[in-house]
Formats: sequence, structure tokens, C-alpha cells
Amino acid sequence: MTDALLHVENLSKSFGALRATDHVTLEARAGETHAIIGPNGAGKTTLIGQLAGNLQPDSGRIRFAGEDITALSASARSHRGLARSFQITSVYRDFTALDNVALAVQAHAGSSFRLWRPARADPRLRDPARVVLDEVGLGARADVLAANLAHGEQRQLEVAMVLATRPRLMLLDEPVAGMGVEESQRMIQFLARFKGRQTIILVEHDMDAVFTLADRISVLVYGRIIATGTPAEIRANPEVRSAYLGEDD
Amino acid sequence: MKNRARFLVVAAVLLALAAVPPVAAALGQPFYLDLFRRIMIFAIAALSLNLILGYGAMVSFGHAAYLGIGAYAVGILAYYGIDNGFLQFAVAIAASAAIALVIGAVSIRTSGVYFIMITLAFTQMLFYLGISLEEFGGDDGMRLAARSRFAGLDLASATPFYYFVLAILAAFLYVVHRVVNSRFGMVIRAAKSNEARTRALGFSPYPYKLAAFVIAGAMGGVAGALLVNQTAYLTPEFMNWTRSGEIMFMVILGGIATLIGPVLGATALLLLEDLLASWTVHWQIILGPILVLVVLFARRGLAGLLPGGAGDD
Repeated sequence: MTDALLHVENLSKSFGALRATDHVTLEARAGETHAIIGPNGAGKTTLIGQLAGNLQPDSGRIRFAGEDITALSASARSHRGLARSFQITSVYRDFTALDNVALAVQAHAGSSFRLWRPARADPRLRDPARVVLDEVGLGARADVLAANLAHGEQRQLEVAMVLATRPRLMLLDEPVAGMGVEESQRMIQFLARFKGRQTIILVEHDMDAVFTLADRISVLVYGRIIATGTPAEIRANPEVRSAYLGEDD
Repeated sequence: MKNRARFLVVAAVLLALAAVPPVAAALGQPFYLDLFRRIMIFAIAALSLNLILGYGAMVSFGHAAYLGIGAYAVGILAYYGIDNGFLQFAVAIAASAAIALVIGAVSIRTSGVYFIMITLAFTQMLFYLGISLEEFGGDDGMRLAARSRFAGLDLASATPFYYFVLAILAAFLYVVHRVVNSRFGMVIRAAKSNEARTRALGFSPYPYKLAAFVIAGAMGGVAGALLVNQTAYLTPEFMNWTRSGEIMFMVILGGIATLIGPVLGATALLLLEDLLASWTVHWQIILGPILVLVVLFARRGLAGLLPGGAGDD
């Protein structure tokens, strides 16, 4: 499987006696949407944290585009094309929507040791940021403070900030969490547009989102991956049904 | 709109300060010239602290260190007969920037209470270093041999010195305004708002925070160089930790992360001190509750009450 963009091998992470990640092996092929599902407390966010570099694993290896990135910081990984969104909305509340996205653009537009020219008047940051805001449907809300955006809009902004870094791999941590039915439908349709052109690792509780978007699904239970397969395979897997999906039947 | 209102407030404050010398002369109260010059010097110190505390959430509880370094640079050079202001101020800036680089390099790796304690500890070390310098008056301090001389400008004459301080204050306000709105400033403010998100976007905040810390230190050094010219006396008391607290209070009182806030805070605190002290020797009993009320009820301090209000820029 050398064509995989991301290779995770035997990743483990414990917090005291709790094995949050237990020998996880996983890969994301270029262009696929790979969903990670699992019950609450299965360690999904901990896994994303290790992939993004916010958390250091105790053991195991992460390879991205052929390079071992296990020891790299979050910011270094971001520069290699790995971008994450946060489960708990994590936008800059005191900045406008446009400022938020412009910062994401700025992070990948050369050195920020520029102390004199006003960043908010710089079309090299503002123009690409506007394009991305339009793309996620927030164009009309560009000048609203992030704190004053509705919850669903903040989730959209979160995704816009990921997109603005032009990632090779997007790590989306529950992008439709807390959204209403209509909002989450819109987000799902938006993410569906990336199918085939963008590699995505999607952590999600919303089964609608998962079965609409995922090319493959891995099921995480108590820190371990108990199954990986296509949506049809996962639906049919008896172990998964009893551990997780069972509660739906 | 808001930007315009804020600009007008800054302009009005600077114009009011520019009017102090003629008004004081007309009233026959030269004392006010002295008081407001002192206020402006502390406003410069508070402005520099606000750059890191307000915009970068680096709660430095040792900003008096740079006042001291700036003051000692001028005082020691004057002691050896060098009263060239350009040279004195250049040394003051270089020395305080260098010390800020050392303090910042260590402290910025920590956060919260640890950051506060480390900055405080470094400043205490410098305070005791000042006390141990017997040659320069030790504990008691010493008289400034001569005030700084800049080509045609001698800081010994009261009114030119006043306008010199005002010019530096205005220039530093402009510098802070430019810096906090630049790409660099946006990174610092982003890291203050949400550090994990900032790293995830691809920024590594440490070098930016350290650079801001050094800029603030250098500006604090200029305030120190002016302060020793103001008092005409060099003393380790400039670096006392209570002094760091005072500067921090000016920032909070005036309005954290507002451009004009530190100027308002320094003005309010020093005027109140002066006023209350003329009524009673126990003036701190009155000042304390006033400060507590401001902290509780005016989140953006005095600047938050003005037109343009609570804005970062």
C-alpha cells in the first residue's frame, strides 16, 4: 500500500491506566474520504490530536507523503499539508470571519515577521480568504465577529480555515457536531464536493454524514480499530453491529 | 467608523497633552508641567507593557526592570561624563532589548503563574544588582551627574524636555498601532486568543512572542532613560516590584489591548495619587477600592468608556 498518503502504524497513547489509542494502524489513500467512527470515549479526538501533532504518541509511527512525521510539531505538519479542524469550535472569537480565514492564509504565505504594513489591507491575504469564505457559504458574513456567528456558521468557518491552508489532507473532527438537520445537510453536501479530489479523514458521530461521505470507514472502540472497510462491509460486520451500530437496530 | 472615533480620541489626548505647558504657565503652576511629564513617561512604560500583556497575553510582572536598565544606562554614562543623549539612549535601548531577550527566552516557554513568577524573579535579581552597585550609590542611589543633551536640545530645560517626551509618546503610539495591525501583530493576537488553533494553522508562536517581548523591553528602556532625566536621581527603587505592579495597573485601569488605554491609565492613576495624597496620607485606602471597581465593572477600562470603545486596534 505505497500509494497511501497517510500511514499510521501501531500508534499507542495512554493517559495513566487509560489506553486512549491502542496499536492503531490506519491509512488514508490519496483522494479518499476515510471516516473514523466509534462510540463516545473511543479515543477519536485523541487519535486526531496525534495525527495533527497536538499530542505526542507513546509509541508507533506516522508517515505522511513518504516522510516520517511522528516527531514533528503541529505547525510543521501544517506546512507539510496536514490541516485539522476542532471538535469544539476553535475560531478566533474576537476577530471577524474574514480575519480568521486571512490568518489561515497568512500562515502559509511566507514569513510573518512583517511588522509594519497593515495585514488587513493586504489583498494577498484578504482576496484568497474571501474566495474560501464564499466557497463555504459565509461570503455575506465576512465582516461579522466570529463570536457573533451562529453555531452552524462557526462550524463552517472552522472548515474554511482548514481549506484556506490548502491542505493535502484534511482532518475533520466532527464537522457537523451540534448542527441542526438543515445545516448539517448543507455541510454534508459541501464536503461531498471534495469527494475524489481531496483526501479527508473524517471523525463523525452523525451516521448520515458518514455513510454519505465515506469511501471507507474504520471503527474505533476503546482505542482499538476493530474493523476497516467500505460502508457496505461495515454495515454488514457483525462485530461492529454489536459494538456500535447495534444500538440503531 | 470605530477606527475613526479611536483616531480622534488619540489625537484629542495628544493635543490636550500638548496644551499643558502653556496652560500651566498661564496659571503660574509649573508644577503641572512636571506632573504631566512624569505621567507621559509612565504612559510610555505602560504602552510598552500593553504590547505584550494586552495584545500577547504575556503577563510580565517585571516591567520595571526595563525602567531600571534604561535609567542605569543613562545614569552610569553621565557619571563617567558622557551626556550625549543619542549615545545614552542608544545604550539604554540596546541594553534593555538584550536583557528582554534573555528574560523572554526563558519565560515565554512557560505560561500563566510561572510566567509571572519568572519575570518577577528576574526583576528582583536586577533590583538587588542595583543595590549592590556601591560605585553608583548602591541602596541610596545617586544624583544624575547631568541631564541628557541631544544636539540642540538639553533635557535640563523643562519645556523642551516636556515636548521631547510627548514626541516620543506619540511616535510609540504610532509604532504600537502599526505593529499590532501588521502580520506580525495578528500572529501575536491570534496566539493570545487560541494558541492550539494558531499552531494548527501552521504558526509557531514562540519567535513572534519573543520578538514582541524584546520590542516592549526596548520601549520600556526608553521610558527608564526619560525617567532618570525626570527625577535627576538614579535609584534601584525604579526596579522595585511595586513599580512593576503600578505599571500593570495603569494598563488594566486604562484598558487592556487598547491603543490609548495605557495613556489614560497612567494619567488617571498618577492624578488620583496626587489628588488623594493631598487630602490624606492614607490615600491608598481610597485608591485601592477605586481600582477594584474598575476591574470589576469596566472590562476594557477607561478606554472602553470612550467613543470607539473596546477595540483592539
